[in-house]
Amino acid sequence: MNIIEITNLHKIYNESEVNVHAVNNVSLNFKEGEFAAIVGPSGSGKSTLLNMLGGLDEPTDGKILIDNTDLSELKSSDLIQFRMQNIGFVFQSYNLIPVLTAKENVEFIMHLQNRPKKECEKRTMELLDAVGLKGRENSRPSKLSGGQQQRVAVARALASKPKFVLADEPTANLDSKSTENLLEIMEDLNKKENITFIFSTHDQRVVNKAHRVITLEDGKIISDERKKGTGSDS
Amino acid sequence: MIRSVAWRNIWRSPLRSGIIIAAISVGMSAGVFTTTFTKGWMNQRLEAGVETEASHIRIQQPKFGENYDLKESIPNSESLVNEISKLDHINGISPRIVIQSMLASAETGTGVKIIGINPEKEKTVTNLHSKLSEGKYFEGVKRNPILIGAKLAKKLKVKMRSKVVITVQDASGNITGGAFRVCGIFDITSGMFEETNVFVRKTDLARLLDLESSVSHEILVHLDDTELIDQQSLLLKNKHKNLLVQTWKESMPELGYINEIGNLYTYIFVIIILLALGFGIVNTMLMVILERIKELGMLMAIGMSKARIFGMLMLETVLLTFTGGFTGILLGLGATYATMEKGIDLSDYAAGLEDMGYSSHIYPVVELETLVTIAILVLITGIAASVYPARKALKYNPAEAIRTE
Repeated sequence: MNIIEITNLHKIYNESEVNVHAVNNVSLNFKEGEFAAIVGPSGSGKSTLLNMLGGLDEPTDGKILIDNTDLSELKSSDLIQFRMQNIGFVFQSYNLIPVLTAKENVEFIMHLQNRPKKECEKRTMELLDAVGLKGRENSRPSKLSGGQQQRVAVARALASKPKFVLADEPTANLDSKSTENLLEIMEDLNKKENITFIFSTHDQRVVNKAHRVITLEDGKIISDERKKGTGSDS
Repeated sequence: MIRSVAWRNIWRSPLRSGIIIAAISVGMSAGVFTTTFTKGWMNQRLEAGVETEASHIRIQQPKFGENYDLKESIPNSESLVNEISKLDHINGISPRIVIQSMLASAETGTGVKIIGINPEKEKTVTNLHSKLSEGKYFEGVKRNPILIGAKLAKKLKVKMRSKVVITVQDASGNITGGAFRVCGIFDITSGMFEETNVFVRKTDLARLLDLESSVSHEILVHLDDTELIDQQSLLLKNKHKNLLVQTWKESMPELGYINEIGNLYTYIFVIIILLALGFGIVNTMLMVILERIKELGMLMAIGMSKARIFGMLMLETVLLTFTGGFTGILLGLGATYATMEKGIDLSDYAAGLEDMGYSSHIYPVVELETLVTIAILVLITGIAASVYPARKALKYNPAEAIRTE
């Protein structure tokens, strides 16, 4: 079952009176539980595509359906609500709230969803346990390593029980060990919670782990490969 | 949780927040202290004006105040005094003879208002008897005792028991004079009143003027409840339409405006301070937002609504302002309580104040109502100062904000 359907997507930026075609006629579908990487060189349109997929940027043309909801038809306030309920985000530079502890950072989004306090605490502890941060829940981001911060960010992305997680170059600032560790955690969560992960990356380690690799160049898809034996080859 | 985040956000940069909080504290403590100082100053003038000079209600013939004509006395004043004293809430009543005349010492002379009083009855309407710096209230001098103000004594170069001469035109139009001996010198905050008013016994003055001792030019009435002044005055006005019945606010209008002017002045002062601080707060919050664009972008991305982001930034600004404001109010109160008992002596710098009726030794006064108003003004400043930075924060596109370095 497709949870994301992208049809003829275009994004044109007007920079210094020159049109830049950042995403050029992209059509893609993502199924529930996919572990996919969008790769390509810098400026290939990976982040732009991810931003539009996350409802952070508007396409110039084309359509994005998420669980049969057309993002272009949502009002600004409904889009914010939609993002909160359906999409998890992991950013390159973690973007945790520095004044909150690891636990509070994960809880924050559930608080925005007005979930009961007990449920928030239970899910937070489960997620922090899943990302290997049990015992560090009261540490502030400044007391955590980059890898640990990104694991908190993954836990935060999953806290809202989203339909899919968009991770924009999540390993760009991490060393090899942390990258490997993070990818294992995300793959594990992908399997256990059946949550779709979509990465934008040019990190070969992420590409190696991904079950599906979509390659972009100059805003166009030049390949879309599903690896065999990963469950994404059907 | 947003409340907690807002509070913790303030302390991300302790130095920057500390500086703006300190600025607000200093400004507000100055504002509060100025308020309590001015309040005390005005209250002292008001108390002196009402309790020593005007009492609560004054009754005269309508034309008496124009030129203090001896003939403009209150008809049947004794029965009027009896009638009024039987009314409710009357604390005291004192009939007076009042003339404008010359008072001369061996050295010099000056024009003054000579007030003939019944010393015991006068005690019930003014506190003059408690304001003597020298001598005793109509004691120690058997014949023609006179109370004069400290300033006048200095001007006439007279001391206790010195002889002064009052020269007047009596009821028949003849120029006459009488020697009086100083039995007491009163010292009040109003130098002008001290210099232009003397008190003698009503019987002595009536004899000098060749008037019946029952004649009175004015009647002062003191009530047991200041809240009832307007009501009782209206009652007397309706009952005695041929007489001029005035409350202290009407007989001394400049006193009536003191409170309002004092409040207005202090509120304008506080508002100016807050306005200046408000710009500082806006600047600080704009810097805060500039530093947190990336984080605000993240919050928008993960689904924090614009209203919640606006609310969080507004709360941060209000908490920042209120922390400084509250500290400032406490500091201002501290300074007030530290000086409340002994007062602040400005006589070396502002001796001229007493000539205008204002004390140069000021005792600050705390009024809850004023403090609440200041606290509300601080809150309004916080809210007003938060609007522009918070609105600016909401204009960022989340995708662009997240990419900001």
